[in-house]
Amino acid sequence: MNDKKNIMVAMSGGVDSSTAAFLLKEQGYETVGVTLKLWHSNDDKRRPGGCCSTEDISDARRVCNFLGIRHYVLNMEEEFKSCVVDNFAGEYLSGRTPNPCIVCNEKIKFGLLMQKAGQMNFDYFATGHYARVEREAGSFVLKKGLDQHKDQSYVLYRLGQSELSKLVLPLGAMKKPEVREIAQKNNIPAAHKPESQEICFVDDDYADFLSSYIKDFGSKVKPGEVVNSEGKVLGKHKGLVYYTVGQRSGLGISYEYPLYVVKLDTKNNSLVVGRKQEVYSRDMEVEYVSWVSGKEPALPLECDVKIRYLHRQAPAVVSSCENGVKVNFKEPQMAITPGQSAVFYRGETALGGGLIK
Amino acid sequence: MKKRIVYADHNATTPLSPEALEAMGPYLKTVYGNASSLHVFGQESKKALEDAREAIAGLINAEKPEEIIFTSGGTESDNMAIKGLALSSLNKGKHIITTQVEHHAVLTTCEYLAANGFKADFVGVDKFCRVNPKDIINAVKPDTFLVSVMHANNEVGVIEPIAEIAKLLNIENEKRRSAGHPKIYFHTDAVQSAGKLKLDVAALGVDMLSISAHKFYGPKGVGAIYVKRGTPVEPILHGGHHERNLRAGTENIAGIKGMAKALEAACREREKEQPRLYFLRDRLEKGIVEKIPETTVNGHYLERISGTLNVSFKYVEGESLMLSLDLEGIAASTGSACASGSSEPSHVLKAMGADPATAQGALRFSFGHQNTDEDIDYILEVLPRIVSRLRAMSPWWAKEHPQQ
Repeated sequence: MNDKKNIMVAMSGGVDSSTAAFLLKEQGYETVGVTLKLWHSNDDKRRPGGCCSTEDISDARRVCNFLGIRHYVLNMEEEFKSCVVDNFAGEYLSGRTPNPCIVCNEKIKFGLLMQKAGQMNFDYFATGHYARVEREAGSFVLKKGLDQHKDQSYVLYRLGQSELSKLVLPLGAMKKPEVREIAQKNNIPAAHKPESQEICFVDDDYADFLSSYIKDFGSKVKPGEVVNSEGKVLGKHKGLVYYTVGQRSGLGISYEYPLYVVKLDTKNNSLVVGRKQEVYSRDMEVEYVSWVSGKEPALPLECDVKIRYLHRQAPAVVSSCENGVKVNFKEPQMAITPGQSAVFYRGETALGGGLIK
Repeated sequence: MKKRIVYADHNATTPLSPEALEAMGPYLKTVYGNASSLHVFGQESKKALEDAREAIAGLINAEKPEEIIFTSGGTESDNMAIKGLALSSLNKGKHIITTQVEHHAVLTTCEYLAANGFKADFVGVDKFCRVNPKDIINAVKPDTFLVSVMHANNEVGVIEPIAEIAKLLNIENEKRRSAGHPKIYFHTDAVQSAGKLKLDVAALGVDMLSISAHKFYGPKGVGAIYVKRGTPVEPILHGGHHERNLRAGTENIAGIKGMAKALEAACREREKEQPRLYFLRDRLEKGIVEKIPETTVNGHYLERISGTLNVSFKYVEGESLMLSLDLEGIAASTGSACASGSSEPSHVLKAMGADPATAQGALRFSFGHQNTDEDIDYILEVLPRIVSRLRAMSPWWAKEHPQQ
C-alpha cells in the first residue's frame, strides 16, 4: 500500500496557493488540488479576476497540469450565495461593515470544503494562507505568518481545534518575495499573476453590487439626514449602505472642519458625522466570539486586538460581558466599525475573536 | 486487493478502437484532398466520404446514402434536427414536443427556440424514466411540427418506446393531413444507443436520428444525422455546397472514416458484446444491492442499455462518492459529464420523481469493451468501504442508525 499522506490543497489559481501546492508535492504529499466555483459565471464576462471566476479555475487547472497532480472543481455557488453573499448584503442593510472573507473561510473553505476533504479520506487539508499552525502543550495554536506584511491569521481566527488538527499552511513561515521567487524559478504558471485583494464577488464598488443584488433596494435604502453629534442637520446622505465608519470623503458637505463618519444610525436612518477625534474610541463590545483553543481563556485578559485586516493591533483588556466580551483599549482607536472582526493576539498567537457590535 | 484503474464511464466517452484508428490513418497522412476538389486528390477523398456514407446508411437501414449528413457530433446533429426543422416551419408550425429527460443538446435547444418565438412542451416520464407514448400524442397541438424523444437515456440508460411513438404519430399525421395541419416530424437522439442497440430507422419509424462517433469507439468531434428523404430541414451552418447544401464546411474525412469503421465494428460485435456487458452490469448491480443497504437502482429494470447502472445510496452525496472512487482509480460519474460542474441535481432523476437526496446521491457506472470481471470485483471491494465511510460522517445517517 501507499503510505504517502494525502492532502487536499484549496487552489485559487493565484501564486500563493499554486506555490503551496508545489511545495506540498515536493515535500512528498500525495497532493490533489481543488478549486471552488463560488460565484455566478455570468459575471465572468465583466470581470476577469477575483478568486472564483472561470478564468481562475482555468489557471488553477493549468497549475495542476503543470505539477502533474489531480484537480477537481467543486461547485458551491448555492452555499456561497446563502452563507456569504446574503450575509454580506444583510450586514450592510443593518448598518454594519462586514468582512465576507472571514465568513467564507469559516463556512465554505474551512467548513464545507474541509468536510468534503474528510469525506474523501484526505489526511490533511492545505491552503496558501500566510499563517502558521503549531502544537503547544497538546493543543493546536494559530500563529501569525512570518511575513508581517502578508499575515492572514486575522481572516482565520474562527478556526477551531478540529480544523487546525488537519490543516497545513506551507507558506506560514515564508515571505511573499520568497514565494514569488520559488514560483518563478520553477516556472509555475501562476508566478506572474497579480495579487487579488478585493472581494471576489464585487466588481469594484460594493454599493453598485448591493444595489443590483438586493431586491427592492430602493425601498430598503433611502436618503436621510447627515447630522453631527449634537443632532444638528448638516445635509443629506444617499442611503446608509454607501458609508462606513471613519470614511472622510464622499459626503459632499463643506464644513468649517473636515467631517468624518462617526456612526451609522439605522434607527433614524441618519448619518452621524464629526471631527476626526470623534471617530476615535476606547471601548467596544464583541459578539459571536470564537476561541481557537475551543474554550474561553481566563478573563479579564490582557492582549493585543486587531479591529480590521489592515489595522495595527493595539493593547487592550478583554473582559466578559453579556453575549460576548468587552474590549477596553489602552489608547483610543480610529474607526471601530460594527460588523468587522476583532481578533485577539498574544504575541504571535491568534487566540480568537468575534464580531464588533 | 491491488489498486487498479477502472474506466467505467463509457456513456461519457469511449476510447478509440484500433480498428477505427487504422481506418483513419491514410486520411491523416497521405490522402489529404478536399472532397470538394475536382482533381484526383479530391476524388480520392470524395470516394472515402461516400463509402463511409454508404456504410453508415446500410448499418442503420436508411433507404439512401444521401439521407446521412455528417456533422461535428451529437450536439450539432440535435441542433440541426431541431433548429433546421424549425427554420423550415417558420410559417407553418410553432410547437415542439420533447421530454424532460433529454440530453442538454436537445433540452436547451428547445428552450432557446421557446424563448425566441416558438413553443415547447416537455413531457414527463414515469418513475422508471419511461415516456408514455400517449402523453406525447396528448401534447400535440394544431401547430406542432416536431417531436423529439431520445432513444436511450444517457444518465440511467433507459430505452424509450420510439417505434410506438412513431406509430401513434403516423395515425395522428393521417388525421392532420385532412385537417390541413402541418405534418409532425419525429427526431430521436440515438447518441447513447448507437452501437449498443440495433438501429433501424425504418423499424423505429423516425424522420431524423442523431449519432456521435465517440460514444461507440470512434473519434471525438464527428457525428451524423439521418434525415429521411422529404424531411424539410434547413441548414444551420451556411457556406459551401457540402453535404447536399445542408451542412457547409470541408468534411472531416478521417473522422468520418473512423466513425463508419467504428459503427461497423460495434454492429458486428453487438450480439456478443452487449450480453457480456449486461452480465457485468448485472453482477455489479446485484453485488451493490447485496453489500450496501439502502441503495436504490435508478431506471427501468429491463428496458435499459446493457452497460449502464445508475444507483443512489441514501445519505451519500454523489460528488464525494465519485471523487473518492477516482482517488481509488475508478472512473464513474454523477449524472452526465455535460452537466458536471453544476451543483444542480440531475434533471433526469428529478423528472423521474426522485427526492432531491436521491438525485444528489446518484452515481453512474457505464461499461464497455475493456471492462472485465476483475473490474467488477474491484468496484465491489472499494465501493462499500467508501459508502460506509461517507455514511459514518453523515449526521442524518447517524440519527437513523444510532447503534452504529
